[in-house]
Amino acid sequence: MENTKVIVGLGSCGLAAGAGKVYEKIKQLKENQNLQFELKKTSCIGMCFREPLVEIIDNNGSYIYGDVTEATATEILEKHIQNATPIKEYVVKTDLFVTKDKNFFEGQVKIALRNCGYMDPESIEEYQARNGYKSIEKISTQNISRTEVIQTVMDSGLRGRGGGGFSTGLKWRFANNNKSDIKYIICNADEGDPGAFMDRSVLEGDPHSVLEGMIIGAYAIEASEGWIYCRAEYPLAIKRLNIAMDQARKKGYLGKNIFGIEGFDFDIHIKEGAGAFVCGEETALIASIEGQRGMPRKRPPFPAASGLWRKPTNINNVETFANIPWIILNGATAFAKYGTEKSKGTKVFALTGKIKNGGLVEVPMGITIRDIVFKLGGGIINDKKFKAVQLGGPSGGCIPEYLADTIVDYDSVNATGAIMGSGGMVVMDETTCMVDMARFFLDFTKKESCGKCTFCRIGTQRMLEILTRITEGEGKESDIDTLIELSNQIKDSSLCGLGQTAPNPVLTTIKYFKDEYEAHIRDKKCPSKSCKALLTFEIIPDKCTGCMLCKKVCPVDAIDGERKLIHVIKQEMCIKCGMCFSKCKFEAITVR
Amino acid sequence: MRIERIKKEEVVLESDNIDLSLIDPIITKYKNVKGNMIPILQKTQETYGYIPRAAFNKLAKETDLKLSDMYGVASFYAQFRLHPVGKHIIKVCHGTACHVQNATAITDALVEELKVKDGETTPDNLFTLESVACLGCCSLAPVMMIGNDTFGKLTGKSAVDVIRKIRETETGTPCKN
Ligand SMILES: Cc1cc2nc3c(=O)[nH]c(=O)nc-3n(C[C@H](O)[C@H](O)[C@H](O)COP(=O)(O)O)c2cc1C
Ligand code: FES
Repeated sequence: MENTKVIVGLGSCGLAAGAGKVYEKIKQLKENQNLQFELKKTSCIGMCFREPLVEIIDNNGSYIYGDVTEATATEILEKHIQNATPIKEYVVKTDLFVTKDKNFFEGQVKIALRNCGYMDPESIEEYQARNGYKSIEKISTQNISRTEVIQTVMDSGLRGRGGGGFSTGLKWRFANNNKSDIKYIICNADEGDPGAFMDRSVLEGDPHSVLEGMIIGAYAIEASEGWIYCRAEYPLAIKRLNIAMDQARKKGYLGKNIFGIEGFDFDIHIKEGAGAFVCGEETALIASIEGQRGMPRKRPPFPAASGLWRKPTNINNVETFANIPWIILNGATAFAKYGTEKSKGTKVFALTGKIKNGGLVEVPMGITIRDIVFKLGGGIINDKKFKAVQLGGPSGGCIPEYLADTIVDYDSVNATGAIMGSGGMVVMDETTCMVDMARFFLDFTKKESCGKCTFCRIGTQRMLEILTRITEGEGKESDIDTLIELSNQIKDSSLCGLGQTAPNPVLTTIKYFKDEYEAHIRDKKCPSKSCKALLTFEIIPDKCTGCMLCKKVCPVDAIDGERKLIHVIKQEMCIKCGMCFSKCKFEAITVR
Repeated sequence: MRIERIKKEEVVLESDNIDLSLIDPIITKYKNVKGNMIPILQKTQETYGYIPRAAFNKLAKETDLKLSDMYGVASFYAQFRLHPVGKHIIKVCHGTACHVQNATAITDALVEELKVKDGETTPDNLFTLESVACLGCCSLAPVMMIGNDTFGKLTGKSAVDVIRKIRETETGTPCKN
């Protein structure tokens, strides 16, 4: 089979799941047995729950194998390559027959992720073969003016994917209207929201589309220098961006008079972040590029008027930029065809938490949360009860199960008290304690507050103390009111989005899960059995066989008992570590 | 509040044999570059694993960066370390997805195994245990990263196994249990 290709997915998630070893194994088998196929690399197609993934393209079409190990790789090569019989049970995606994971792709529309997992991210030729750099060429050959480019982006209805949801076209127009000898364009690749990894996947899987988006933006606003601010936790993304920029420079796509446009000089630098969530905020990010502490400042002036080194600056998110080339090439209407009245196009979500099919999905705006969780996501792990989704990370909120028919668009999600955010969607089941979730996010924002505004700095600390107290069974009747009061004050008196949105996780959980707060405060119970301090472990005498296992594993010797006799947990010594519960083979231990 | 990162001053016993000439090339390269402070500190840290006091002083002398500004920046960003660290830094993810999938159990197991608290270094200087927020592999939660290797779908036990393996290769002696 001469034209057969074997492609291994080597994104960060694939590598963590062992794709590197699988790649080496296939390479070794190919050499040892002199197999005839082309071995290639790609990035993530979003099926993180089936990593490592290996795609085989033969004369019949494409077959993607999932959960590949070194052993199954050997088997797959033997059967599929040598004997031309694909192993159907291992295939997770193909157009040739129905696979068990077919629902994951049903309903997805790939615009921002159009190339992720479909090409080698380290090859500019493969990007070009998939319409890469055609949009900027189109602008050049058809003499499309700056105002026309901006108008197209306006008409497409594209709104910033970094969280704010501001019209991208409008932002470009402001930056274009501010005249200056030097202007900057910045790509925000700080992706600080814990539990979100859309931007990482785009940067690792399709770095050129981000570069092309930035080049088009630079043309539109007349910027001559670009910066990509990428968090240091993404070493692979940084590596691939550097490769992509080198390739683009060699082809003359970055540099002077690029794409034959007289006077269009543009190049890009990468700036590695140094670990501060607040640096995702645009003014803090700019301060950080300038080499200072990443503290936000008052707006206006907005970056479009006075940004990096006081020059007009336009800043957009990775996913926003990745959409741009597609919009220019296919037109505004093609993009605006998808979505709802005020939220056009598609949005990428990172599905994580207690979900079966965790990964990356790109769906048209307007799909319901329930469809994402149950159709694409395959439902909850172990078929437990679905409780809520968390959208928008530390600035967002929890949407409860009974509102799961909410559609995803900026306005509908805002109406629930959550925000669309950058696209992290963390799914929670009946075992997740909502008070603990609120505490978790406040712990995060408290640590990440830059300290400039008093209410953000001290208010988040006070809220965290109260929440911690509640989860430890020391809650007071007045705590809920105090939390709401503090929340409103922090929202009103913080300078930047971090403080203004920090109380959202608390407010939404109080709004939708007040009964859980009350159970913690009044009954000193955690209904989800998650807050350790509130649990009681007990041995059920009828079920205990006296095997002594729990006694052995107890780290603090809190269990009394002799062989063949019923054991007892000494409550005053128990540290509630749960070891006995997880080790007992007879389900003889209960948690209350 | 980020100010919490400035821990109470410990007596730092910095060995006198820090080779300060190692950062000369960094100084030459970045000396007059706009916005150079963070890259200079990052490269210095890459050289020593942390930023030694002596290096701060040298940078203050040989570039036009001010000591107070550098300390302000170094204490602001989570990446910068002002104290030496172990050979292997274990970064346990405590992002949202990992938290929901019980990342606490991973840290607890490692605290138990290494007999150090979160943020501390083992007496043999082999491991430093840290918590981080999101490594971007959320679908494999809970996750930890050691060097450039990421380990996913962990349990307390499998995390401890990874550490034991590293310790075995480092010390050449198999572990008791
Ligand atoms: C605390 C805070 C953190 C933020 N983090 C990010 C981030 O990680 N990535 C991002 O693209 N935007 C982030 N933003 C939004 C940016 O300030 C800015 O609105 C965005 O980069 C603009 O790009 P867009 O219009 O394409 O969305 C953050 C905002 C705040 C207030
Ligand atoms: S939350 Fe742990 S890797 Fe993202």
